[in-house]
Amino acid sequence: MNGAQAVLESLKKEGVEVVFGYPGGAVLTLYDAVYKMKFPHILTRHEQGAVHAADGYARATGKVGVVFATSGPGATNLITGISTASMDSVPLVCITGQVANPYIGKDSFQEADVCGITTPITKHNYLVKKAKDLPRVLKEAFFIARTGRPGPVVIDVAKDVFDTEIDYKYPEKVSLKGYSGEYEGDEAEVDAVVRAIQKAKKPLIFTGGGVNTSDTAQELREIVQRLGVPVTTTLLGIGTYPADGEGFLGMAGMHGSYGSNMAIQECDLLLCIGMRFSDRVTGKVAAFAPHAKIVHFELDAAEVNKNVEADLRVLGDLRWSLPLLRDKLSKAADDFRSRFAPWLEQAVARAKEKPFGYLEEGELIKPGALISKISSLMPRDTIAVTDVGQHQMWAAQFFNVYEPRHFLTSGGQGTMGYGLPAALGAKLGKPDSPVVLFTGDGSIMMNCQEFATIADNDIDLKVVILHNSILGMVAQWQRLFYSHHYSQSELKGKTDFVKLSEAMGVKGYRLTKKEELETVLPKLLSEKGPMLIDVMVPEDEDVLPMVPGGKRLDQMVLGGKD
Amino acid sequence: MQKYLLAILVDNKPGVLTHVSGLISRRAFNIESISAGYTEEPEVTRINIVVSVESDRELDQVVTQLSKLIDVIKIVNLTKLPSIARELVLIKIKAGKESRADIKNIVEIFRAKIVDISPENVVVELTGQQSKIDGFIDMFADYEIIEIARTGAIALSRGPVPVKEM
Ligand SMILES: Cc1ncc(C[n+]2csc(CCOP(=O)(O)OP(=O)(O)O)c2C)c(N)n1
Repeated sequence: MNGAQAVLESLKKEGVEVVFGYPGGAVLTLYDAVYKMKFPHILTRHEQGAVHAADGYARATGKVGVVFATSGPGATNLITGISTASMDSVPLVCITGQVANPYIGKDSFQEADVCGITTPITKHNYLVKKAKDLPRVLKEAFFIARTGRPGPVVIDVAKDVFDTEIDYKYPEKVSLKGYSGEYEGDEAEVDAVVRAIQKAKKPLIFTGGGVNTSDTAQELREIVQRLGVPVTTTLLGIGTYPADGEGFLGMAGMHGSYGSNMAIQECDLLLCIGMRFSDRVTGKVAAFAPHAKIVHFELDAAEVNKNVEADLRVLGDLRWSLPLLRDKLSKAADDFRSRFAPWLEQAVARAKEKPFGYLEEGELIKPGALISKISSLMPRDTIAVTDVGQHQMWAAQFFNVYEPRHFLTSGGQGTMGYGLPAALGAKLGKPDSPVVLFTGDGSIMMNCQEFATIADNDIDLKVVILHNSILGMVAQWQRLFYSHHYSQSELKGKTDFVKLSEAMGVKGYRLTKKEELETVLPKLLSEKGPMLIDVMVPEDEDVLPMVPGGKRLDQMVLGGKD
Repeated sequence: MQKYLLAILVDNKPGVLTHVSGLISRRAFNIESISAGYTEEPEVTRINIVVSVESDRELDQVVTQLSKLIDVIKIVNLTKLPSIARELVLIKIKAGKESRADIKNIVEIFRAKIVDISPENVVVELTGQQSKIDGFIDMFADYEIIEIARTGAIALSRGPVPVKEM
């Protein structure tokens, strides 16, 4: 078989169900093999759409997302998506065409140094110049992408490699000298945590994306159940603990809940699980959790002590450490629940005192009201996807997520344009789960071409635009820190999103009045098929609470109902 | 700022040195010197790197970040181990008839070597610890140094155990 067929054979062996991509000169042979082998493939309308779709697919399913793109501009269009996946530890394998061997290094037509460009944003990358290397490289790439701390891997394949005949044999095992993908740690570190919990009076559990990635939400929940302590999450940790679970305080951080941020500042033991202390979550680092012993459960040694110094660490895969902690806690002769009950009660009461809220004034639909309403109308297993901006934070605050891998958002990179393609990828990966996208009138334009992909493939998802005619999050900062100078953040609002989506084959509706939340919205959400709902919301609403940059978590600007 | 000498064993593949140096600089750590060469195993390259960092914690970051690279097999911090570190320098000095004897003297005292000579200049070579090389260069302050090439440090630990087995 030729190199192109070898690639697809290997994908089959890895259990790949669908590829997202876009053809071009350097991958014509690969696409011919897709044609001949009828390999499931979704043609997006932009390579950035393909890579975000693969990312959404991977986050929703836990499988590796796979992308094809041609050389040069095809490959460079993947960069934003690769970087997004890298920051949030999403497993991807991106196969890009490279110019043919004799042309490499000559600034040939559509040549780009893809390995050079993607080195800082991939877990690993390859330039394949010999067809016989393909099976090994593919085997390694999938192994690297999905094991350990997952991440994107790029395989750049010289065009002539796809045409070269090889004796195909897919390796059974991977042998990499410097990488095992397995991370079982030191049991003594878990014992130390158990002792710390036994000494603590006010322990708080803080979960991050790692719990989603490692599929250990169940173990986490059992641990919380045993301890009876309050729980908070990072943005990427949303869904690791159910929104209505006992002791849940909501998301923490810059736009986190009052209850969570105050609990972090007050607790005496902070169990941080699979998170990396982004500046968006810590506030002023030096004053983060000042009374707490910080415990860091982490797979990636480079994350420990990178941003925040941990007092105790448990280095290793959560799939190893969390069951171990659970078992040790269940054997420990300690009535944790009654011991921590006063603290739990206090933390929960404080959170209830000042929940996320908004003022009900004005004619227009309030973002908080909209998202709360949608949350109550959609089934419990709905996957919520967001773009980036105020709507993203409101979705994180007001949409109730109950299951892991059910809240998909670009956290680390904050990539506008992520939402629409990611949502379509998620729906393809999880066809039985309802999918709703919350986006902004700024973000949606960044990959709106993917409405065409959604229409052509009949991908049933609901796109909700929080239409405020402004780049809301930018405007919020300009209001707060730049004397209301709306420099280049106002959108004139001449774009008709309903027409835009309809032009590409997706039905569109517009909501302008409050009562439509009760009268129209339920009907729309119960309709089958892809749909855009353009909701007019006020221009000057702030996302609150807010911890201004460089401030302590307890120096929140409140607002809303308080 | 404190200097550390790291020995990094990596897969002998194209691009690995770029991965290593790129990662260090992109994380805003400072590379003092870097050198790479073959080892007793043909598929393994050894990169010797001197980094200057603020604290042990920062050094830990350099090591753990580098360890994440798939091509990195092993990293050993040689700074605290008993080890032999050497650097090589080549210095081209302006040297007419009148200064040649003096230069020859200095070279002999340092057990360096004159490796090239022309009517106007000499090229001298010295291997040794960084401090010795610094001292050697200082000795030529009164002469006109035309050009210097220095390798940066490479090192081996003392005793029979190789880095790959540490
Ligand atoms: C690709 C990209 N460009 C710029 C930004 C900076 N940015 C962050 S939020 C934001 C405004 C988003 O506006 P919109 O999508 O309308 O959402 P809103 O904040 O109004 O809800 C911008 C421009 C970004 N995050 N990503």
